[in-house]
Amino acid sequence: MRDFNEIISSKTAALQPSGIRKFFDIVNTMEGAISLGVGEPDFDTPWSVREEGIYSLEQGRTFYTSNSGLMPLREEICRYLDRRFGAAYDPASEVIVTVGGSEGIDLACRAMLDPGDEVIIPQPSYVSYEPCVRLADGVPRILELKEKDRFKLMPDDLEALITPKTKFVVLPFPNNPTGSIMTIEELKAVADVIMKHDIFVVSDEIYTELTYNGREPASIVQIPGMRERTILINGFSKAYAMTGWRLGYACGPAPVIRQMTKVHQYAIMCAPTTSQYAAVAALRDCDEAVAEMRESYNQRRRFVLSRLAEMDIPCFEPEGAFYVFPNISRFGMSSEDFATTLLKEEKVAVVPGNAFGGSGEGFIRISYAYSLKQLKEALDRIGRFVARFDGKE
Amino acid sequence: MREKILTVIEKNSRIDLADLAKLLGESEIDVANEIADMEKEHVICGYHTLINWDKTGTEKVSALIEVKVTPQRGMGFDRLAERIYRYSEVEALYLMSGAYDFTVILEGKTMREVAMFVSDKLAPLDSVQSTATHFVLKKYKDHGTVFDETEHDERQLITP
Repeated sequence: MRDFNEIISSKTAALQPSGIRKFFDIVNTMEGAISLGVGEPDFDTPWSVREEGIYSLEQGRTFYTSNSGLMPLREEICRYLDRRFGAAYDPASEVIVTVGGSEGIDLACRAMLDPGDEVIIPQPSYVSYEPCVRLADGVPRILELKEKDRFKLMPDDLEALITPKTKFVVLPFPNNPTGSIMTIEELKAVADVIMKHDIFVVSDEIYTELTYNGREPASIVQIPGMRERTILINGFSKAYAMTGWRLGYACGPAPVIRQMTKVHQYAIMCAPTTSQYAAVAALRDCDEAVAEMRESYNQRRRFVLSRLAEMDIPCFEPEGAFYVFPNISRFGMSSEDFATTLLKEEKVAVVPGNAFGGSGEGFIRISYAYSLKQLKEALDRIGRFVARFDGKE
Repeated sequence: MREKILTVIEKNSRIDLADLAKLLGESEIDVANEIADMEKEHVICGYHTLINWDKTGTEKVSALIEVKVTPQRGMGFDRLAERIYRYSEVEALYLMSGAYDFTVILEGKTMREVAMFVSDKLAPLDSVQSTATHFVLKKYKDHGTVFDETEHDERQLITP
């Protein structure tokens, strides 16, 4: 037998498989399990968007687009960023359409990092930042977000991690898995540190449209001086319920976008053409559909929070994305043990908080992108589980 | 709060009061009072059940009748409308813009009942000039609900 270890890159082999994957395998063997474990909307893509995709196929628009993406789409993206954040981007040189927000993160790392460059990654956060930095020969420096700060990025914590080798900081807000957001005032305090030390930002704003309590979504590019030191990542997956279309975008200073486009050109060629045509319709026609989905998530967010409070499971109030991140430390189990026991005893799947970084230990991620019926059933089961633990049954 | 309550119960009038209050972040008492007020004010006019009669094996049809009328002195559309909607057979009645004046909707009747209603009750009314009766062949969607759609979740069980 051939020893494939010789073939495989040691850098790739050293990457840890996602903790979520491991849990997924356990859940999959469980009959009749209810999952609160997904990271995608429960809505279908709005019909007007799907229709546009179908129409583009009927018209035979089945060819590559330019590497950076369809010009009309880049123009719509710039219009959106302008009406949302008052941020002016040049569609010709400052925008690239990517295969989901994830590709944008990868491109940003590959375009900016030299071996040994440090990247500050706040955690808990989405699972791909750290591997992308490592694959680009960067050095991840983990910043632990804390529950007492409502999982927001504190300027002092950021400053403490900055070294002469720091290239950029990832800003993962609204946050998956905590649901935490950064208000414009909080971003300003962080921006002061960033500008003082002259570092860069990769701001992953994929959940920005899902901001609640009547708050306007905030972006770091709204702060004077930050637009020229930020790669803004966004996409269509969450706001427009388009996860499977795999479409996102990155915006930033032209010299960086040019390098990102080069990598994208060789690795991907261009984002899927059908998805790009559909996305034009999403940006043109769907503000109302997005508002309806936002309201629906917001209602379910309040519902889940109030059920958790009744069960005496502490949870700070998240104001974005579609997750709550309750603290389960009072049960004396690790996140994984809690999730595994809950799955075995009540057949409810949640994701252990440590899947999103060590500082997620002691927490679980509950997604509320489910129908009220599913949420009620799952929360009833969690309630039984907790009552048993608390000896109330 | 009113509009939010209405948006939820428009789709699900059987929702628990406690759940509704949680969704809206309001107290149960406040929600209950608001609903009671809206019932009093006829903002909420009733709670109905959406039925796909085709699945019940009963031989019932729905009909949409276009009605042209001549309003008479001292008797505007509203008075005429009343003379039509008072018939218990009438499920819905709308005043229309365009080529005709009223849409009359009959639900869950036999063909014969519809025919009798038009020929014996509606057409003979003094002000009625003409009627055109359309039978519904199949209902795909009603009140925002697709009849033959079943809930299914195609998502992976766990995703990051």
